[in-house]
Amino acid sequence: MSSSTLSPAPAGLKKRPGSKKRSWQGLLYATPTALFVTGLFVVPIIVVLIMSASDWSLLGGNKGTNFPKNYVDVLDHRMFWDAVLFTLKYTAIATILLIALGLGLALLVQESTRWKGLLRTTFLIPSALGLASASLLFYALYSPQVGPISAFFEKIGLTEGRVSVLGTPDGALWATVFLIVWRFAGFYMLLLLVGLQGIPGDVYEAARMDGASRLQVFGKITIPLLRPSLALSTIMCVTGSLLAFDQFYILTKGGPDGSTMTIVQLIYNLAFESKRDLGLAAALSVLTLLALILINMFQLRVLRGSDEK
Amino acid sequence: MKSSPTNWLARTPYYVLTGGLAIIFMSPLIWSAISSVSPQPGSAQVDGFGFGNYITLMNYQAGLPTYLGNSVVISVLTVIFTLVVTTLGGYAFARFTFPGKNLLFLLTLSILMVPYATLLIPLMVTLKAMHLQNSLVGVALVLAMFQLPFATFMMRISFEAVPKEIEESALVDGCGTFGALRRILLPAVKPGLITVGLFAFLAAWNDFMAPLYLVGSENQPLPLALVNMRQQVMGVIDYGSTQAGVVVLALPCVILFLILQRHYVAGFMSGALKG
Repeated sequence: MSSSTLSPAPAGLKKRPGSKKRSWQGLLYATPTALFVTGLFVVPIIVVLIMSASDWSLLGGNKGTNFPKNYVDVLDHRMFWDAVLFTLKYTAIATILLIALGLGLALLVQESTRWKGLLRTTFLIPSALGLASASLLFYALYSPQVGPISAFFEKIGLTEGRVSVLGTPDGALWATVFLIVWRFAGFYMLLLLVGLQGIPGDVYEAARMDGASRLQVFGKITIPLLRPSLALSTIMCVTGSLLAFDQFYILTKGGPDGSTMTIVQLIYNLAFESKRDLGLAAALSVLTLLALILINMFQLRVLRGSDEK
Repeated sequence: MKSSPTNWLARTPYYVLTGGLAIIFMSPLIWSAISSVSPQPGSAQVDGFGFGNYITLMNYQAGLPTYLGNSVVISVLTVIFTLVVTTLGGYAFARFTFPGKNLLFLLTLSILMVPYATLLIPLMVTLKAMHLQNSLVGVALVLAMFQLPFATFMMRISFEAVPKEIEESALVDGCGTFGALRRILLPAVKPGLITVGLFAFLAAWNDFMAPLYLVGSENQPLPLALVNMRQQVMGVIDYGSTQAGVVVLALPCVILFLILQRHYVAGFMSGALKG
């Protein structure tokens, strides 16, 4: 390293001679990253803050500051609290089901044999699909015209004739949850599998020698040692579900009667459909952003803090 | 684990359970592939099996080639932007010290904290100011930006894993740092590049939300075009061609996934371990 340089570096400031030249080069290599981060991340954050405090319509553009009108209007919007509640409900259901099923699948395919390798691949294939394609697939699967599910419900006498599964609030919610579980279960299986494989085998052996039952091993050893992976999966699942959009946009568009309106769907509607008010949508974006940062910080503290003992 | 007959018998419920689950996971995909070529009322394939739905899709509005072309352009550009930026950035973060290094790395990682959905409206305005509104390049830039946290992290780790001595001997031999990067380091970080590229490709190929906000009708990639196709013919939804579209979209992903499964899983694990 030292041989590649001639320029004297100020002693004490830099670690090794030549770092001045290398410093200049490092900056050069990091320039594209800096441009991306500034232009497409930092600037838009500033822009969204400004927009959220402005009277800014989709077609009319910026008509000046109106802080805090947008924030007041958002909190006052008739859909706002319904959307918050629905998003929380959906997040709770999706997270519980996905983590439970992901863990179950991970336990089923834990050891590596040919059959289990095949199973892993099968469970993972839906995760390679885009959420939009998966949603379109299920849209047809649920349809009264061609979908087998609607036909099945008719056959067992659950519905009178061919009725759209997405036609009732409960049907729409559970149909979406089913799609999400199908699409993401393999993904969480993989995450938890990494954790399971990180647990050393002799810990299990010791427990078995002490005569622990399968259930005891699971509850006293697997779950506590899996905690970091469970924490990561939960955070990812909660964050992802709170931001649900594609699946609802494609399957229900927030319907029937706004019963499946999520926060992000509401942002979209405020900006492009019902209000065409970008300022209002920006205000809701800022609120969502703040809420997510708070929720993530809280989750990190609760889930990680407790295993640092 | 030895498969004696009794063992087999005892394990039968396991095989039934897992086999059943495997069938449940595969059946939507199989159903979609079959029904895209099956006869269905209200679609182009009214009787007999065949590719009528694919022909409808081929000729829908601007035509399948246009939408597929848009998807390919967006995906390839996203992969190129991501690879170039994060190779240089990962090299800088792994091997150099420069003012603002830690701040820049932290800012890059904090992209993870800010949800995609809350940034698209300001991005629309920002891209317009850059004269990139309604352009495939704009969408690719945005998609590449959202790849940065994972990809930069991944490339930094990849570069750090290469022993410094190899590169130093190249520098002694009169190679510049860029020469060392190109000749010595790039081959060494190839697995990282493949993982980052694959993730960027799948994300861009499948993305629906960024183009929904950022481009007009003639620049739609296939996922967006399919969703719009479904909505435009309200009442008489052509499920047949929707299914054909799903197959066209899903096929490259599934094939790519099966080929690069090992990389996908390995890359995923190294990404997941940071938690």
